[in-house]
Amino acid sequence: MAILEARGLNKSFGAVTAAADINVSVEADSVVGLIGGNGAGKTTFINMITGYLKPDTGTIRYDGRDITQFVPRRVTQLGMCRSFQIPQLFNSLTVRENLLVALGVVVLGGNKWASGATLAADQVDTAADDALRRFGLEADRDKPAAVLPEGVRKLLDIAMAMVVKPKILLLDEPTSGVSADEKFAIMDMVMAAVRAERVTILFVEHDMEIVSRYTQRVLAFYDGRIIADGATEAVLNDDEVRKYVVGTTHAATAGASHAAH
Amino acid sequence: MKADRTPLWLGIGLAVFLGGGWLIPAWAQSLAILALGKGLVVLGLLLLMRCGLVSFGQGLYYCLGAYAAVSISKIFNLPPSLLTSDAVVMPLAGGIVAGAVAFVLGFLLANYRSIFFAMLSLAFSMILYGLLIKMSVLGSSDGFNITYGTAAGIRLAPGAHLFALYAVSVAMVFAALLGAHRFLSSHTGRLGPAIRDNELRVEYMGASVRNVVHLNYVAAAVLSGVGGGLVALSIGHIDPDLAYWTTSGEFVFVAILSGTTNVAAPFLGSLIFEWIKSVAYQYTPYTWQLVLGVALLLVIMFLPAGLWSLFGRRGKGA
Repeated sequence: MAILEARGLNKSFGAVTAAADINVSVEADSVVGLIGGNGAGKTTFINMITGYLKPDTGTIRYDGRDITQFVPRRVTQLGMCRSFQIPQLFNSLTVRENLLVALGVVVLGGNKWASGATLAADQVDTAADDALRRFGLEADRDKPAAVLPEGVRKLLDIAMAMVVKPKILLLDEPTSGVSADEKFAIMDMVMAAVRAERVTILFVEHDMEIVSRYTQRVLAFYDGRIIADGATEAVLNDDEVRKYVVGTTHAATAGASHAAH
Repeated sequence: MKADRTPLWLGIGLAVFLGGGWLIPAWAQSLAILALGKGLVVLGLLLLMRCGLVSFGQGLYYCLGAYAAVSISKIFNLPPSLLTSDAVVMPLAGGIVAGAVAFVLGFLLANYRSIFFAMLSLAFSMILYGLLIKMSVLGSSDGFNITYGTAAGIRLAPGAHLFALYAVSVAMVFAALLGAHRFLSSHTGRLGPAIRDNELRVEYMGASVRNVVHLNYVAAAVLSGVGGGLVALSIGHIDPDLAYWTTSGEFVFVAILSGTTNVAAPFLGSLIFEWIKSVAYQYTPYTWQLVLGVALLLVIMFLPAGLWSLFGRRGKGA
């Protein structure tokens, strides 16, 4: 049973087609990679799924429910969270304070979180420390978010998205802007953190090594359309995908996927 | 987890102020009432500034607070009553009326930010000014005198009026400080700086930015209304100038002077401002605004976080 289904999504901004007839069906608990060049429509897709943009035509169903017209706040309450390409943090607050704000929203929401995340006021401090530990942010806990290096900002961004215990997590370029030696460390940390919660993950990535290592399935975007949709290895070796996205010099690494359950 | 000792400090402060009030001369008590009442308005500004909003129209609620109780009785020709001549009821009634108006206006204003929010808030205050100028039943531009004879229903002995109002002001301010401290430490209160930094993220976390802004706007209005009521009773006279944009501008001036890191800062700033104003007026009656302007310039240049930054980043505030 598909947890997320997009049917016939179209979105244009004047003469620019950001999405043309997008049809996607995602199974629960899967890990899906979204690849494509800049401007191919990956972030537009995420923006539509989370309600930030409304598609011109088409529907989006989450857990069988039509969420096409829902605003981001509502979509988050239903259990679908995202991280951002450029981390969206509270720059004047410290790392720990950022998490406290996110956790505070969970407390204020009471029991309206679809994922069943509930938090009593007295559990907030331990939950914050727990998140700091799971994402390796303890060393930076009292630093203002504005001074952090990009990799740490990305981790904090993702940690804040995870606080509501989402059922679906959409990560927009989780390792872009992050130094090469940190990339795997960050993905390992994120995957370990979500493993226990049985979360469906979709992430946009430009680094094909990360895509091969962590995903079971890949969607390739080009010019607003999905040009390939299937198992990771097959898609990365697909002719069209190699032509428009991956390039022929960059061979997909075969074999074990880190994302295997 | 160390226990929150702020209520204890506030309790001690309350006792000090009430006890000390007996010892200071009458002019100091009057000055203090003005500072405390206007400080309440500035505290309201602090709440809004934490959300990243600057209101240039708090005069609207300050004026409503002063006019509310007495206007109702004048317009409907009611006999002088508890509502209009009680030092406790009158400011509280002003606060309630201000809050009700802010609740309605908030639906519009919560959609705007920065300069648009500032200009809209200014516009509404000038609308009230215009209305009051036209209303002859309320004395038009002359306004009218107000007096008080009771405090919380207790008849005041002659000569006890000033200290009674002083005590009421002190009590209301400490109650407001306690409330503000509680609010700012709460999860809803903490969303203010988050909204100032990144509204998109707040929405994506599942919270409503509009609702939090609306709440802060109403809270600021209630504080301004109570402050307006207290100042009006102290001065003994009210007129439409309370809603004029320069009155609102003065509150913003004091907010910048005080700094916004601590809920007590508005009252320190307000006290210093009123004191400088009275001293400057006494010695340089034709150039007192110059003195104030220079003072603000010096604060902006050397203490950009306001006077409270002299104490470092301590305590119970933003």
